[in-house]
Amino acid sequence: MSHEDGKDLEVLTFGLQGEIFAVEALSVREILDLAAVTAVPNSNPFVGSLVNVRGKVVPLADLHIRFGMEPFEQTVDTRVIVLEVPLEGEATIVGILADKVFEVTGLAATTMEAAPDIGIKWRREFVSGIGKRGEDFVIVLNMERIFASRDSEPAGKPEDAGSETVTAF
Amino acid sequence: MSSPDPRDVFRNEAQELLEQLEQALLDLENAPDDGELISSAFRALHTLKGSGAMFGFEAAAHFAHGLENAFDLVRKGKAPISGALIGVTLAAKDHLRILIERPDEALQEESDRILADLSKAIGSTGSQKGGRATETAGTAESETAEANPATTYRIQIRFPANIMDNGTNPLLLLDELKGLGSCTVSPLTTRIPPIDAIDPNSCYVDWDVLLTTDKPRSAIEDVFIFVLDEMELHIEEVAIENKRLGEILVERGDAPAAAVLTALSRQERLGEILVKEGATSEDRVASALAEQRHIQTSAAKAQQKAPQASIRVPAERLDNLMDRVGELVIAQARLREIATTSQDVALRVVAEEIERLAAELRENTMSIRMLPIGSLFGRFRRLVRDLSQELGKDVQLLTSGEETELDKTMIERLNDPMVHLIRNSIDHGLERPEGRAQAGKPREGRVELSADHSGAQVIIRIRDDGRGLNREKIRARAEEMGFLTPGVAVSDNELYQVIFQPGFSTSREVTSVSGRGVGMDVVKRTIEALRGSIEIASTEGAGTDITLKLPLTLAIIDGLLVRVGQNRYVIPLSMVEECVELSTEQDLRSKSRSFLNIRGELVPFLRLREMFKVTDEISPYPKVVIVSADDRRIGLVVDQIIGDHQTVIKSLTKLHSGIETFSGATILGDGSVALILDIDHLIEFGRVQEERLKAS
Amino acid sequence: MAKTVLTVDDSASMRQLIKMTLGGAGFAVVEASDGAEGLEKARAAPVDLIVTDLNMPRMDGISLIRELRKLSSYRGVPILLLTTESDDERKKEARGAGATGWITKPFGQDQLLGVVKKVLGA
Repeated sequence: MSHEDGKDLEVLTFGLQGEIFAVEALSVREILDLAAVTAVPNSNPFVGSLVNVRGKVVPLADLHIRFGMEPFEQTVDTRVIVLEVPLEGEATIVGILADKVFEVTGLAATTMEAAPDIGIKWRREFVSGIGKRGEDFVIVLNMERIFASRDSEPAGKPEDAGSETVTAF
Repeated sequence: MSSPDPRDVFRNEAQELLEQLEQALLDLENAPDDGELISSAFRALHTLKGSGAMFGFEAAAHFAHGLENAFDLVRKGKAPISGALIGVTLAAKDHLRILIERPDEALQEESDRILADLSKAIGSTGSQKGGRATETAGTAESETAEANPATTYRIQIRFPANIMDNGTNPLLLLDELKGLGSCTVSPLTTRIPPIDAIDPNSCYVDWDVLLTTDKPRSAIEDVFIFVLDEMELHIEEVAIENKRLGEILVERGDAPAAAVLTALSRQERLGEILVKEGATSEDRVASALAEQRHIQTSAAKAQQKAPQASIRVPAERLDNLMDRVGELVIAQARLREIATTSQDVALRVVAEEIERLAAELRENTMSIRMLPIGSLFGRFRRLVRDLSQELGKDVQLLTSGEETELDKTMIERLNDPMVHLIRNSIDHGLERPEGRAQAGKPREGRVELSADHSGAQVIIRIRDDGRGLNREKIRARAEEMGFLTPGVAVSDNELYQVIFQPGFSTSREVTSVSGRGVGMDVVKRTIEALRGSIEIASTEGAGTDITLKLPLTLAIIDGLLVRVGQNRYVIPLSMVEECVELSTEQDLRSKSRSFLNIRGELVPFLRLREMFKVTDEISPYPKVVIVSADDRRIGLVVDQIIGDHQTVIKSLTKLHSGIETFSGATILGDGSVALILDIDHLIEFGRVQEERLKAS
Repeated sequence: MAKTVLTVDDSASMRQLIKMTLGGAGFAVVEASDGAEGLEKARAAPVDLIVTDLNMPRMDGISLIRELRKLSSYRGVPILLLTTESDDERKKEARGAGATGWITKPFGQDQLLGVVKKVLGA
């Protein structure tokens, strides 16, 4: 993340159950309405489905699950943010569900703080910084780490063997 | 055989016949109305004509034919016997004798003069042309020596039921037809009555035949020449082009066009619907399908024969073309979706047309991209030579199946894994010459590369005659690394698969060539990224055999679209053997055991609903898709079979690469995504699942 | 076992030709010089194929075929007719009487063998 160099960070802000999150605007490809979703059986529920983005098959991630929120529910404001995220060194197009998309905005470098160790519900490694938008805190997400996390591997790898979810291995 | 020459027999016979003729003529002077005498004269002339022509007495036969025609008129009462007629005929008889005795003399003028007198004598203009009989019945060969281009005919055959009474064997005629070219015969059996009503001497079967031949159409008619008047025979040229089943049925008059259109608008197998609704019969659909196949293979053959002019094209243009074709196929699927729900017949016709064109374009594009694997094998000669020097081992490289074609991208991506496998074979597999000599093997080691097609797959094998894999050593290492639980029994292939685990190596001495524990996992990943699989077989002391199974292409496959719960899935059509209904009774019975009885054969099955944890409402009419994988037949129970689908393969991202039951995804006509089933892994998954269930 | 062919023809040269051709191809050949004799020989011992001329004294080819087809043992046995005319009427008449097929004179040995093969199988 480039906030150390003192320049503004361009982000796209979006809402997930009342909290405001942001991803780097540079990584955003497009924002779409939620259309037909295809579930991938036995996959990690975090990336449990696929969507068609202009002829490409793109995995759809649900941050509600990653962040332990209430289950996602579709509303008129629901959007899919299509992002480019490096995965094992390979730029990969993914979609994430947003309850609402706000705007592309610059977060002043001065407002950026490193993620505090406490007072935050989700894992520190997922957050690359916290900025302010008016009175609200904006949590800037580190998408690469969110997707790279071991937990985004499908459940039921050998270490899970014996659990109820029997999956494709 | 010491039989007399028929020509000599004929000469003697001719003398007798001429005497018979003379006798009859003389008697006729006294009894001009004696029918038996007239017949006798006629028969003599008739035989002289027929046999004369047979044994090379052309002039005599020709002349006798003129006389015969005259006597035919007399025989039929159209001309009276007169003194003049008898006079001329007697003169003619003498002339005929000369013609037979001296067949090489030019006596044409005299012959013509006598025949002219004869016509005057019977008061008709017609001694007729008296041309020699030219028709040569029965045999199909003859005529047109020049090679016609191969044409495909659709031949619809219906014999009268009593055909066999007259000594005609319909099967012999079909055999004869098969002799004319490449032939697909489909029997139509709907007219066969119930067994108690069958007359064993009657023919109830009709046949549809597709024949590709360079013989003219008349050759086909000649096959049936004896029965042509009594049978129904329709011969029609068919264009070598890919046709949809519906088109073929309508063209053949086997199903009404309206019924086909209605059926097409439902997303099920066309043939099944039409049969269900009584618009046509099962055997007619089977026959139409056979026609479709025949035409496809004929087209492929025609292509092979085409002259080989070639141009060079940058590879990226081919990639580009393939991408565009993929997009076209997806767009076309959308068009089909719209057209099938539309009432606009014109739109539906255009949509069908575009579907056909897209399929052809796809076939063509893929065939352009195919390259023989020999280009890849060739690169390994140098590798083997260098390695054998570096490692001090004598190695002989044998290759076969170089002509086997596969997609060029595939060939490019196979290079690295194959290099790795060959290195392993030479470095780990083959012993040093001394070691080989001690083991009683030739000093020169052997590495064999072979390629072959098997259905829609290419099988590549890398075989060496080295020391083979040491099961114990691998087992120990696998347990040491935690890949295997000590004491648990595993099959050879399962054990050897641990070689592909990252970091696995049993080689204590690390060489510069291999044995560093990196690579085999990369090999496996590369092969699986190509939607292929890798298997190892080995006999200690005798060698190792690595088999790569790869799809022909990475781009587009023919798939069978099915529904399980709310999701739709694609099963590669090349693996589908048949689809059957799962009756409620069978469904219930099979709940307690995992086999279905398919025509007496026990076929294990997997319920995809269970495997995919589908919880929504159960389809009342589940279907079973029987697939074959590794020579095993396995049933996949699905909720619905939707139909054929040209499947543009999109690979899954790393986020889903751990889910091996799917080899990729595709985009359907309505824009939604469907997953493509990886049958081998699905079966493996099912097996593991079942074992866990048993264990728990 | 060799198949037996009965050739019925009033022309000795024709019979000779047929005997030579079919005998050379491994058939046993029985001869008859007219329809009546043909019928008699066919009745006396069963044959596998009959090749008969059309115009013959005593009993012509078509009558012979009619008589043969009345015999249950000759239902389904191929009968070929030798004709000279390309006369469709006679052929039709012959088919109606029960002929399996015909060979039009003049014919070569290969043609004769071709037609015999056609009705008897290879």
